[in-house]
Amino acid sequence: MASCKEVTRLVSQGLDRNLGLGERLAVRLHFVVCKQCYNVGRQMAFLRRAVQKLSQDESGKGG
Amino acid sequence: MPGDFRTQIEALRPYLLRYASMQLRNPDAAEDAVQEALLAALSAEASFAGRSNLRTWLTGILKHKVVDAIRRQSRELPASAAGEEVDLSELDPLFAEDGHFKVAQPAWEGPEDALGQKQFFAALEACLARLPVRTGRVFLMREHMGLETGEICKELGITPTHCWVLLYRARMALRECLQTNWFGK
Repeated sequence: MASCKEVTRLVSQGLDRNLGLGERLAVRLHFVVCKQCYNVGRQMAFLRRAVQKLSQDESGKGG
Repeated sequence: MPGDFRTQIEALRPYLLRYASMQLRNPDAAEDAVQEALLAALSAEASFAGRSNLRTWLTGILKHKVVDAIRRQSRELPASAAGEEVDLSELDPLFAEDGHFKVAQPAWEGPEDALGQKQFFAALEACLARLPVRTGRVFLMREHMGLETGEICKELGITPTHCWVLLYRARMALRECLQTNWFGK
């Protein structure tokens, strides 16, 4: 079983490159038993959405 | 009418400045990049014809100018700064010896609601500002400008592995910072 350290790193890389089959499997299996890493993964994906919205929202409205 | 086009472009200046400042963290460099982008836009009016979204088009031009500025800036960054940031020891306190989380990492409540709040974005910007220079730069090139890792590596002269390490550390630091300053409150 991969450690949280390895899994969070893979989850992050999954946002930047295509993970291999073995890597995806390791993440999935780990998520089944580890809520912490699952939560961290969701948070990393959320960060992406939040940062994309950073300059959009307050633009052109004097804000 | 040319006059119209210029006015429309000028109206987007505050947005463009915000966009460039976010990435460059240097008001003068941001101002220069925006100025260059606006000049380029004015001389390329013909190529805009028929495109629906002026802001998207301008942002595309600005991205190139920002990347140029980053390229110039990164030549000035000492090479040692690159080496230091490959080290991930700041994450050690998070993990036990077997590499598993020491403490629970709770799910965030109402993250979508946060996206509707100005204060949330202020908190996010404060967290971004705390990242080490190169880490923040790479993270924003990836997530804010939407560049591919390969392009970022090329512009900054770093390896993909280094790039992934910086992105990982940025994400871990930002989620920790938002947990402390927003979601955990």
